[in-house]
Amino acid sequence: MFRISGGEVYDPLHGINGEKRDIYVRDGKIVAPEDVDQKHLEVIDASGLVVMAGGVDIHSHIAGSKVNIGRKIRPEDHRRDPVPRSQVTRSGVGYTVGTTFVNAYRYARLGYTTIMEAAVPPLKARHTHEELMDTPLIDKGCLILMGNNNFILRHIGSGDYDKIRNFVSWLLHACKGYGIKAVNPGGIENWKWGKNVAGLDDLVMGYGVTPRQIITTLIRVNEELGLPHPLHLHCNNLGLPGNYQTTLETMKVAGQSRLHLTHLQFHSYGGESMRNLSSQAPVLAEYINEHENLSIDVGQIIFGEVTTMTADGPWQYTLYQLSHNKWANSDVEYETGAGIVPFLFKRDNPIHATQWAIGLELFLLIQDPWRVILTTDHPNAGPFFFYPQIIKLLMDKKYRDEMLASVHERASCTLLSQIDREYSLYEIAIITRAGPARRLGLRHKGHLGVGADADIAIYPKEVDAEWMFSNPRYVFKDGLLVVKDGQIVTDYMGRSLLVETAWEESIAEEIGKEFDRFYSISLENYPVELDYLPRYEVIPCR
Amino acid sequence: MDKVILRLKERSNIPVEAEAICPDLFLTKSQQEIEELALYYGNKGRRLGDFFQVQGERSDNIVIEGEIPNFKKIGQGMSRGNIHIQGDVGMHLGALMKGGRILVEGNVSDWLGAEMEGGSIRVKGNAGHLVGAAYRGSSRGMRGGEIIVEGDGGSEVGELMRRGLIVIGGRAGDFVGAFLIAGTIVVLGPVGLRPGAGMKRGTIVAFQEPDLLPTFHYNCLCQLSFLRIYLHHLREEDLNIPQEYLGGFYKRYNGDTLELGKGEILVWAGQVA
Repeated sequence: MFRISGGEVYDPLHGINGEKRDIYVRDGKIVAPEDVDQKHLEVIDASGLVVMAGGVDIHSHIAGSKVNIGRKIRPEDHRRDPVPRSQVTRSGVGYTVGTTFVNAYRYARLGYTTIMEAAVPPLKARHTHEELMDTPLIDKGCLILMGNNNFILRHIGSGDYDKIRNFVSWLLHACKGYGIKAVNPGGIENWKWGKNVAGLDDLVMGYGVTPRQIITTLIRVNEELGLPHPLHLHCNNLGLPGNYQTTLETMKVAGQSRLHLTHLQFHSYGGESMRNLSSQAPVLAEYINEHENLSIDVGQIIFGEVTTMTADGPWQYTLYQLSHNKWANSDVEYETGAGIVPFLFKRDNPIHATQWAIGLELFLLIQDPWRVILTTDHPNAGPFFFYPQIIKLLMDKKYRDEMLASVHERASCTLLSQIDREYSLYEIAIITRAGPARRLGLRHKGHLGVGADADIAIYPKEVDAEWMFSNPRYVFKDGLLVVKDGQIVTDYMGRSLLVETAWEESIAEEIGKEFDRFYSISLENYPVELDYLPRYEVIPCR
Repeated sequence: MDKVILRLKERSNIPVEAEAICPDLFLTKSQQEIEELALYYGNKGRRLGDFFQVQGERSDNIVIEGEIPNFKKIGQGMSRGNIHIQGDVGMHLGALMKGGRILVEGNVSDWLGAEMEGGSIRVKGNAGHLVGAAYRGSSRGMRGGEIIVEGDGGSEVGELMRRGLIVIGGRAGDFVGAFLIAGTIVVLGPVGLRPGAGMKRGTIVAFQEPDLLPTFHYNCLCQLSFLRIYLHHLREEDLNIPQEYLGGFYKRYNGDTLELGKGEILVWAGQVA
């Protein structure tokens, strides 16, 4: 039980913009002043400090099979960044594909307390949850890959919609998932034949369905099940010049329904070839400004080493041909695929510099901060621990211009230099906490109102936003002090966030037949049991 | 010349992580400070003074007396000075070094000069595997400098090497110059299996007929002035280079044609033609 006293509070959900407020915490929740015993109250002096809710990352790859393949093929990534143990923490290694513990510590040390693992193949859900058990401090959820699942594709073909909804519901239950993710719908299935899809109306081989049908169906299922988070979509044609048209068409497919487009930066390119790749961020931003049903996260480029990892197998093969770097491909039976390629984003490369500017354009041109979310698609466009650098770029026009001048001149072909907008702390609190929490349907996160989880980050108030957001003075998770002055001081296990929806038993029988014939494991070993998760919380549907 | 002499107190088989034995560090330290430098003995932290009797201070000239095959990472990342090791020494000697000189009277274990960028290493005995190689996962091995081993070398000598010179006086193991990107490897004795597998560019020089992979193709018989200069240099380094090597002809094979195919393996053909 304690009171955080005298801090400058930024709580956009309640419209609190830097006013001095006291915050009362009891039993891991934020409570009203009258609900605490004033006599036995510990006081945490936050005067001169900035108080925000704990950060929420809507899209990050920190656990599961492809992250592990990334770890395996990149010993050189780890050698540079050993992390010794301390009294409280375990040892490990960091950099782009760090160990589970180190990832969790580094997230907590940024003031982030909730993370969504953004791509979990159903077959690898057990593995992912096992890694998440070793990811302490933070709360975590899994988005389950469904855009290329055999069962779904087949029943789109046969037009049996109810069966799909039933199956999706069962699959979320079996994987202990939080939401539906679709990656390059149809494209990964075609990759099993060495092909891809080039647009929304290409055919998926062997099924006779189109990406457009897959997306519409999944959006409909998502909305009918009332899942807290909209469909989390990685569009077709990622990374290719001219792909903004596919992205725009995809947005139109959504109509009035909710849709979350992830790492939009990789989907905002004009031009016909890599030589004249250009920015179409303004076009997309304008469309998003006019359509309140859409939200995005950016996937901002950070110059330096990254490890690209995505279920988008065909794109990873293209990237391998472009970079001549190592490549690992993974085929997940009936469900999806994955590819991993290490990559280096260089300041003096015209394409990389343009990509960097496109990400910032999206941040700055989309007017409503509630619908644009800060991510680097960790570790694809950059490691998450560079978030403070992005915050500084958004808050400080001068710094942004200096950086623009230091990168390849092609970046100046974008609108970036003409945009004067600077984010305020209030807006930063939206794009890093309140916005993603709202978009994920996490009503008890991302704000500091009564009833919210006591996930609180307290930063020193500094002119240099990068330093400020890298060095929180205190971080609380469920009312427990976990970070003090940059050091992890408590070991604590966060919760797995999941949803529960209803399904008809008949579906299990049908899936069972499929498993007997085609799967490498039996149905009995497939669903992840609830007892498997050390701590969990069921988030109610809408 | 001032020097710091380290006399081994007692021989042990337990591995010691000794990256603290580095001229750059010794240069500014008093004798007492040198004795206090931290080493890992197995998984226990110890002081340098626990293992060695230290004589001298503030010098980048280090002499180590005694057999230390369990001491790893000596001279790792050094950029100047000398290390003279009078016995055998352990793994990772001179790994990542940028400059200076290391002389070993005895034998050396694996990863000698791994990913080194400059400086020179001379070994009078034999070396282990992966001389001048890339650490697992890295894209490049040795990036510059010179390694001369008078005895034999193990497998994967110069794996992924990018620049520099490696000379093996005796026999070399399998996969000499595997994935070679550039640079020169000279082997005076017999060469093991699959030399130059996956090499892109660079030169491997052999004086006994190697068993080449089928992805290497014979080009021509040639005399190369660069090679004569290199061999003269090795003579100056007191290596035993017979006169006929200097004037002789070499068979040139290019490969590995599964990769770029711009690499070459030169095999001494005697005084023919």
